[in-house]
Amino acid sequence: MTVRSEPRGRRPFKKHCHLAAYFPGVDNTTVWADPRSKSQIDFSSLEHLARTAERGLFDFFFLAEGLRLREHQGRIHDPDAVGRPESLTVLNALAGVTEHLGLAATVNATFNEPYELARRLATLDHLSGGRAAWNVVTSCDASTGENFRRGNFLDRADRYTRAAEFVGLARKLWDSWTPDGVSRPFAHRGQHFDIAGEFTVPRSPQGHPVVIQAGDSDEGREFAAATADIVFTRHGTLEAGRSFYADVKRRLEKYGRTPDELKIMPGVTVVLGDTAAEAQEKAAEIRRQQVSPQNAIRALEQVWGADPSAYDPDGPLPETVPVADSAITQGRTRRGDTVAIAETGVPPLERSPRVGEARPSKEKGLPIRQTAIEAGGRQSFVGTPEAVAAELDEFVRKDAADGFILQPLITPVGLDEFVDRVVPLLQERGAFRTEYQGTTLRSHLGLPDPAWRG
Amino acid sequence: MTSSNGRGRLHLAAALDQAAVFDAGSHVELARLAERGGLDFVTLDDTFARPGPDALAVLSRVAPATARIGLVPTVTTTHTEPFHVQAAVATLDWVSRGRAGWRIEVSTTEGEARLFGRRHAVPADELWREAGEVADVAARLWDSREDDAETRDLTTGRFIGRDKLHHVDFAGGGFSVKGPSIVPRPPQGHPVRVVDATEGHARRTAARYADVALVRAASPAQVAAVRDQLRQLASEFGRNPDTLRVLASLLVDLGGGEHAAEPGHGGGGPRQTVQGPLYRGGPVDLAELIAGWHADGVVDGFHLTPTEPRRDLERLVNGTVALLQHRGLFRTFYPGSTLREHLGLARPANRYAVTGGAS
Ligand SMILES: Cc1cc2nc3c(=O)[nH]c(=O)nc-3n(C[C@H](O)[C@H](O)[C@H](O)COP(=O)(O)O)c2cc1C
Repeated sequence: MTVRSEPRGRRPFKKHCHLAAYFPGVDNTTVWADPRSKSQIDFSSLEHLARTAERGLFDFFFLAEGLRLREHQGRIHDPDAVGRPESLTVLNALAGVTEHLGLAATVNATFNEPYELARRLATLDHLSGGRAAWNVVTSCDASTGENFRRGNFLDRADRYTRAAEFVGLARKLWDSWTPDGVSRPFAHRGQHFDIAGEFTVPRSPQGHPVVIQAGDSDEGREFAAATADIVFTRHGTLEAGRSFYADVKRRLEKYGRTPDELKIMPGVTVVLGDTAAEAQEKAAEIRRQQVSPQNAIRALEQVWGADPSAYDPDGPLPETVPVADSAITQGRTRRGDTVAIAETGVPPLERSPRVGEARPSKEKGLPIRQTAIEAGGRQSFVGTPEAVAAELDEFVRKDAADGFILQPLITPVGLDEFVDRVVPLLQERGAFRTEYQGTTLRSHLGLPDPAWRG
Repeated sequence: MTSSNGRGRLHLAAALDQAAVFDAGSHVELARLAERGGLDFVTLDDTFARPGPDALAVLSRVAPATARIGLVPTVTTTHTEPFHVQAAVATLDWVSRGRAGWRIEVSTTEGEARLFGRRHAVPADELWREAGEVADVAARLWDSREDDAETRDLTTGRFIGRDKLHHVDFAGGGFSVKGPSIVPRPPQGHPVRVVDATEGHARRTAARYADVALVRAASPAQVAAVRDQLRQLASEFGRNPDTLRVLASLLVDLGGGEHAAEPGHGGGGPRQTVQGPLYRGGPVDLAELIAGWHADGVVDGFHLTPTEPRRDLERLVNGTVALLQHRGLFRTFYPGSTLREHLGLARPANRYAVTGGAS
C-alpha cells in the first residue's frame, strides 16, 4: 500500500483532496491502440483497476453507463472502445477483491424502477460493507428508449422531476426498515410513481448509498444541491472550476445543507513525464492515438453533418459553420447535452474537459485531423509528478474542486503511474490521506450518515 | 422412462437459500462448501415478496471467491427490464469467467405488482409466455455482438467490426428491444438458462429455452413423466432433446444422522409436503436414492435444497457426494471450467454469425 507516515509540520486543517477512478467502457479517451491496452471486459482488467485505486487509497471506483451503443445513420460507431460490464453486477464482484474502496455505479433513473434499483443498491451496500454509490443519470438519448418497456423518451424537465422523485422514493425505501431491523410497509403516490408494499432489504451499512449527480444544466445543478453527495463535473480549468464550485455550493443553503455536504469532483485525465517536455510529448502522442484519421473524419461527419467521403483528414475543414442543432447522430436530442454526449461517445471535438473554450478554429488553417487533435484530446493535467501534484492541490485549495475523478487512458494499467508517483507527493503535501480512516465510502468522503426518517 | 438416454453423467446442484441473510460471508462460505463437493452449480432464489438480497448481486459477490462452481441466481422476468436482465446475467458470466446461469422466474402476486405500479397481477400462463419472450430476447442480445467483433484494427482505426454488431429488433407481446447489447458476448455464449418446469404453465417455456429444467416431484415416475413431456416438446420446438438436462428438485433434511431415517422416509424415498417433495434421512440413503434414480435413467441429476443450509450442505458434500464419488458415480474434480462444460452442453453458435444477419 502507498502509505506514508504523516509528515511533520502538516497544517492541521488543510482541505483534503478526494480521489476516484473512472472506467467509462465506451469512449474515445481510452487509448486502445497502445500495446499495453488489454480487454475492456475481462474481470482481470476491472480487478486491476480497482485494486490499483485501492492501493492508492482512492475514495471510490466509478463505472459509467450507456444503454444504447452510439450509432450513425443506423450503423454502429466503430472507432472507439465499446463494450462494458453492467455496473452493479461487476461492482458486487469487485467488492470481493477490495476492502475499503467505494464502488460507484452509474444507473439511469429514466429506464429503471425505484423499487428494484433501490434494492439492488442496498444489496451492494450490504455485500460491500457500506461502500456503494449511485451516479443518478437521466439519459439524453431518445433512442435509448427503444431498448426498454417504457419505450419513449422524456424531455429534460420531466427527466429531472422523475429523477428527483425517484431518489426521494429510494431514500424512503432505504429508510423503511427501522435501524434495529424491523420492516415497515411504505406507500408512495406521486407524479411519476404510485407504489406500495414492503422493502425486502434492511437498512444498509451506510443508511443510504452515496448519491452522485452528473449533469450540468440548471436543473441538474439544482437537483445536485437538493439531494446529491457528490457532483461529477467536467469543469476542468481552475477558473471554470471555481465558478461552477461557487455556483453549486451556493445553492445548498436553500436546502438547509452546508457546503461540506456536497463534494465537487471534476473528471480529469493526467499525463506524466520525467520532465515537462517529456510529458507534453507523451500527451501529444496520446492525442494522436485518440484521434485517428478515421476518427477525425467521423467527428467531422457528426459535428458538421458533412459527407465524410468528400474530405481528407489532412485537408482543410469545411467552409460552413457547424449546424447548431444537427441531430446527425441518432438519439442526440439537443446540442445542449454536449457533456452527456461525451459519455455515450462524442466526437473528440467536443470531448475536451474545456468544452466551450476549445473550438475548432478555421483561422488557424489547421487540417481536419489536426483541428480535432487540438480541440478535443487535451488532457487536464500534464507534467512531472511534482507539477501535477502541486496543481491538483492548488485546485482543491482554491475551491475549484473537492477532489478528482481520474480517467485512466489505458485499460487496465492507466492508473498505475499516478498511484505510484503522484499519490505519495499528495500525501507529502498533506493533501491526501495516508490510510483509510473508516470502512464506508461515507467515512472516506467525510459525509455524515443520513439520519433515519422512519 | 422410455425416451430417456439417462445414465449420462450425473449432475448435482444445491440451493444456497437462507432466510434473509444479507452479508457476503455466509454465502461465500456455503458456495465454497458446495464447490468442494464438485457440484455443477448452486442456485440462489429471489423474490420481491419476502426479505432477502438481490440474488444475482450475491452470486456476483461469490464469483471471485470461487473458481469452478456454476452460479445460478433467480431473476424474475415479470417486473424487470429484459435488456437490463440480460446485461446483468452476461456480466455475471464475465465476472465468473463462464460460470453463470439464470433461473428464470415469474412474479404472480398482486403484492409484487404494487411494488412497481406498472401493471396488475397477470395469470401465470401469460407471465410464462412473457418469460419465454424474455429468455428468447436475452439469447438474441447475447448474440448481438459476435465473439470476434472486437478487431482493434490499427490500420483502419476501427476498434470494432460494425458488421459484427447486430440489432435484434425484437417485438414481443408487451415489450420490444432494439439492441445490440452493451455487454460483449459472454464467455459461455449463452449463460445457462434454468426453468422450474414443475407447473404446467412453465413447461413450454422450459422445453423451448431452458438448458436445465427442474422438476419437483416425490416419485421417480412423476419426474419421468415430466421429463418425457419436456423432451417431446423440445423436439417439437426443433431442439435436440439431449441438450436439455432434467434435474429432480428435492428438499433435503439430513438432520437425522447417518442412517437414521424416520420410518417410511429416507430409504423409503421423498414424500410430498406443502413446501414440496422432501427427503428426510441420512446422507448415505440419499446417495442410494440419487444413484438409483439416475441408474434407472429417470433424471440427469438432482437439485437439492437443504432445509438447514449449513448443516445439510455439509452432510451432503461430506456424506452423500463423497459416497457417490467413491462409487465412481460423480466427478472428483472439475475437468472443465465453465458451467456448460460441467453440464456437458456445447457453447452455442451465434445465430447472427451463422445467418450473416445485417446489423
Ligand atoms: C461528467 C458527466 C458524466 C456523465 N456520465 C453519464 C453516464 O455515464 N451515463 C449517462 O447515461 N449519462 C451520463 N451523463 C449525463 C447526465 O446524466 C445527464 O443526462 C446529462 O448531462 C444531461 O443533463 P443536463 O442537461 O443536466 O446536463 C454524464 C454527465 C456528466 C456531466
